[in-house]
Amino acid sequence: MTMQQASTQIAARTAAIIAEHQGLEGPLLPILHGIQDEFGFVPQDALPVIADALNISNAEVHGVVTFYHDYRRAPAGRHVVKLCRAEACQSMGGDALAAKLQVLLGIGFHETSADGAVTLEPVYCLGLCACAPSAMVDGEVIGRLDAERIEEIAVEVRA
Amino acid sequence: MGLVHEVDYGTPAAKSEKHVTLTIDGRSVTVPEGTSIMRAAMELGTEIPKLCATDMLDSFGSCRVCVIEIEGRGGTPASCTTPVAEGISVRTQSDRLGAIRRGVMELYVSDHPLGWDANSGLGGSEFDAVLKTVGLTENRYGHEGRNHVAPGNGSLNIDYIARDTSNPYFAYDPAQCIVCSRCVRACEEVQGTFALTVEGRGFDSRIAAGPTNFLESECVSCGACVQACPTDALREKSVLEKGMPTSSVVTTCAYCGVGCSFKAEMQGEDLIRMVPWKDGKANRGHSCVKGRFAYGYSNHKDRILNPMVREKISDPWREVTWDEAFAHIAKEFRRIQYQYGKGAIGGITSSRCTNEETYLVQKLIRQGFGNNNVDTCARVCHSPTGYGLGQTYGTSAGTQDFDSVEQTDVVMIIGANPTDGHPVFASRLKKRLRQGAKLIVLDPRRTDIVRSAHIEAQHHLPLKPGTNVAVLTALAHVIVTEGLFDEAFIRERCDWSEFEDWAAFVAEEQNSPETVGALAGIDPEEIRGAARLYARGGNGAIYYGLGVTEHSQGSTTVMAIANLAMATGNIGRPGVGVNPLRGQNNVQGACDMGSFPHELPGYRHISGDAVRDIYESLWGTKLDNEPGLRIPNMLDAAVEGTFKGIYIQGEDILQSDPDTSHVSAGLAAMECVVVHDLFLNETANYAHVFLPGSTFLEKDGTFTNAERRINRVRKVMAPKNGLADWEVTQKLAQAMGLDWNYAHPSAIMDEIARTTPSFQLVSYEYLDNMGSVQWPCNEKSPLGTPIMHIDGFVRGKGKFIRTEYVATDEKTGPRFPLLLTTGRILSQYNVGAQTRRTENVVWHDEDRLEIHPHDAEQRGLRDGDWVRLASRAGETTLRSLITERVAPGVVYTTFHHPNTQANVITTDFSDWATNCPEYKVTAVQVTPSNGPSDWQVDYQDQARQSRRIARPLEAAE
Repeated sequence: MTMQQASTQIAARTAAIIAEHQGLEGPLLPILHGIQDEFGFVPQDALPVIADALNISNAEVHGVVTFYHDYRRAPAGRHVVKLCRAEACQSMGGDALAAKLQVLLGIGFHETSADGAVTLEPVYCLGLCACAPSAMVDGEVIGRLDAERIEEIAVEVRA
Repeated sequence: MGLVHEVDYGTPAAKSEKHVTLTIDGRSVTVPEGTSIMRAAMELGTEIPKLCATDMLDSFGSCRVCVIEIEGRGGTPASCTTPVAEGISVRTQSDRLGAIRRGVMELYVSDHPLGWDANSGLGGSEFDAVLKTVGLTENRYGHEGRNHVAPGNGSLNIDYIARDTSNPYFAYDPAQCIVCSRCVRACEEVQGTFALTVEGRGFDSRIAAGPTNFLESECVSCGACVQACPTDALREKSVLEKGMPTSSVVTTCAYCGVGCSFKAEMQGEDLIRMVPWKDGKANRGHSCVKGRFAYGYSNHKDRILNPMVREKISDPWREVTWDEAFAHIAKEFRRIQYQYGKGAIGGITSSRCTNEETYLVQKLIRQGFGNNNVDTCARVCHSPTGYGLGQTYGTSAGTQDFDSVEQTDVVMIIGANPTDGHPVFASRLKKRLRQGAKLIVLDPRRTDIVRSAHIEAQHHLPLKPGTNVAVLTALAHVIVTEGLFDEAFIRERCDWSEFEDWAAFVAEEQNSPETVGALAGIDPEEIRGAARLYARGGNGAIYYGLGVTEHSQGSTTVMAIANLAMATGNIGRPGVGVNPLRGQNNVQGACDMGSFPHELPGYRHISGDAVRDIYESLWGTKLDNEPGLRIPNMLDAAVEGTFKGIYIQGEDILQSDPDTSHVSAGLAAMECVVVHDLFLNETANYAHVFLPGSTFLEKDGTFTNAERRINRVRKVMAPKNGLADWEVTQKLAQAMGLDWNYAHPSAIMDEIARTTPSFQLVSYEYLDNMGSVQWPCNEKSPLGTPIMHIDGFVRGKGKFIRTEYVATDEKTGPRFPLLLTTGRILSQYNVGAQTRRTENVVWHDEDRLEIHPHDAEQRGLRDGDWVRLASRAGETTLRSLITERVAPGVVYTTFHHPNTQANVITTDFSDWATNCPEYKVTAVQVTPSNGPSDWQVDYQDQARQSRRIARPLEAAE
């Protein structure tokens, strides 16, 4: 069970992460990564704290956070499946696999299952075109997907 | 009368000395090196189609419409980002270029709504004009692009975002947006707020005011984004309601002392919008929320349009004709003078009115009343500036133009809050700070200029209110004892022995940062650091506000500032100087026009026979050679029973002057109080005659801004009350038997120029030709004087004056342990008579008391609680705002709302030289409260009573 983070608590932990990276040149992205690592997503309450520390506007932080799909607005499921939807994988039957995986997981892209087990996301190229179609499960890349492998993944992440 | 058209060159002007010649479409053009090809083409009159470029912003190169061909180079570069080069030959039109432009526009159109409606203010955008220019006739992609099709009618579009109408003055319609980033860049480069961003990426990119809507965001509603938008995505609501304007007139904003030039854009006599004018030399095409949008007061229902008279202030008002009103005033004033003496009446000129109107009011008093009982609201703001700079340098005004800030290396801001009080100047200042200029701030509060997005002061000295002189002298101490002064400058421009005397004084131990730091609550090292930076950081410029002048030692502080600039050689060239940020649109002009009881126009003392001669022969009257009464003296005399009548033009002394109870007692003791204003202001509660005023939109004239710039005010509509203010004063003068026959304000300016050396060459014709001019403007400086004291001080040698710190008599103690200081906020203006009658109240609808969390906790206060604020003078109640912007021991409030009446609290202590009230320091106590104080309840009753207007019933059949 996840406890709702009090905004003051988020601010305090954010401040600690900022302090760790503030000396870097271009510290915003490392800070946002640190925050996502800490909370599993980038909480809205963290944004003004970052803006104040770096002396930039809230709008600027918002622009950067929304530009990168990897920064989440809400916590992800326990497992994250990223299925490549780019050209090479599509040409190797990626569309059918995508449809199948959505049925198996019972969710669409950008959705998290109701039990919080899994989040499904599209990704545009993992650099694994030679082994297309490909996916990334919890940070680990998997190539040469086929219907069977997709079923295995689905079972694994639903467990 | 058509629209004033402004040329958009696409990119800013290049500043290089070196010139380059190139050929564009076969025609040769020579431009400064670094100019873009787009701008060079426009210099020839060739407009290259563009969407993301405008000359207010640096080039960006994202829209790909402005492509060109260069002979001998491959490809089709963007003309906005490609600089000119010697000898190149550029083509702006070819079949290939036409095809590329049409192709790009076709893609834009495929995701852009059709059905523009010129009547609803749409269809007049640059985007529509470019479509016509490139001749787009077909669209192969259809119009069903995701972003603009609203859900419903079979569309399930989840990408559609509804129009954001949260800002009261403009709307943002994402469906119309082409994400060219002009608004984002305008917010960053021009305004310096960084409130806008591009959210998302690729096809999902949207302009957003951060994670919220415009109203809740960091947006300050300056309007720069609306001005920059090439589509109808960001549009003034007034234009959406009424359609595009059809004519425009260039005029000058009537809010603060920056004096921004605007185009008043009209449909007939209906004002549709105010748009900043790029050729305006004070604002260079920028604006703030007040000048750009807050003009709605001019036709607010509270505006009084008929003259009114009453016998007693407890009676209801009775509407009368103008002639009856003038006859009544003339009779009353003459009766009072017969009964109580010539000096029993006087007047107050307005810093809100034009130079011409101010000149007439002081003339009426000197010529018609036969005394010098004339004063102006500068008494309560910048009179110490006039005195201090007059004594040290020889002129009663700032030394620079606003452009000077572009060459400043170190800015010192003392007792001013430019982002709220002088926002357009603040934007220009912040631009310079982002380019690397250093900043020193002396202010008890941590104002936005101390630290906000992309700017941060190197030194913030949060001094205790009332210790300005001590801290400035401590800065001088460091400069002298560490040998940081500019000896060559001082020997050449100033009196060396006076300098030595001053240097010996400031070097005394009592003026050291260590001693002063303890007294003012600042780290001595910060004082030392600030002094070193100012003295040795390159061009050092000082900008200051009412936090300097409104003290018991206001004049001394101004002198201390003048000393610092002289000692470091920071006077007499671009980028340096001493610059008062003046509060009101024409407070400089009102002072110039002889509004003080001791001075005739042009700061010439009334005791000078030669000066009096000029006016005596012109006006055919003998002038009194003794100075008259100042505002506080008039009120004192009224309470004593020797001063009985007053003509107050455009000033609300009851709300703006200190110690409200004393002001009301003075007014109540008079027999004929004439208030000439737009609204029944607080002072009018004590008036016997009310003369309706006209707004700046309804008359011709001139305003003089903080940089001594004389700007034209042009009439865009007939006065709603029937008469412009100058006509009212003229008719009153005629009723009092004076032979005045000015046909137009230009005739008044001609009289001013004839009699005042510093205005010698100024005329309406001159101003129409030149745009504006900074006085002195005479045979010696026929083009005006942007920078003063270039080759020597106006008074001869610059004068160093000892600045002994004398603590104010207003001291904290057990009963009143906190220090109250007052100020203003961006969206409201002064006593708020105008801005409270506009939508600006959405940002600030009440005055709040800022208090440090530590002081709040001691008193058991929570944020938003009602508190009682009491001083030795009086008490009031308002709600608290807990913030660390103020230091412990200091509280702060604004004075925009009459229900709060912050000046009930302020005392009648004042500047030793000029009587400028000590608004900025009052010892107070703050306690929890349940609601309004007795005073507030009584006052509300009295105000309600005195605002009644008797309306005779229509005769019944």
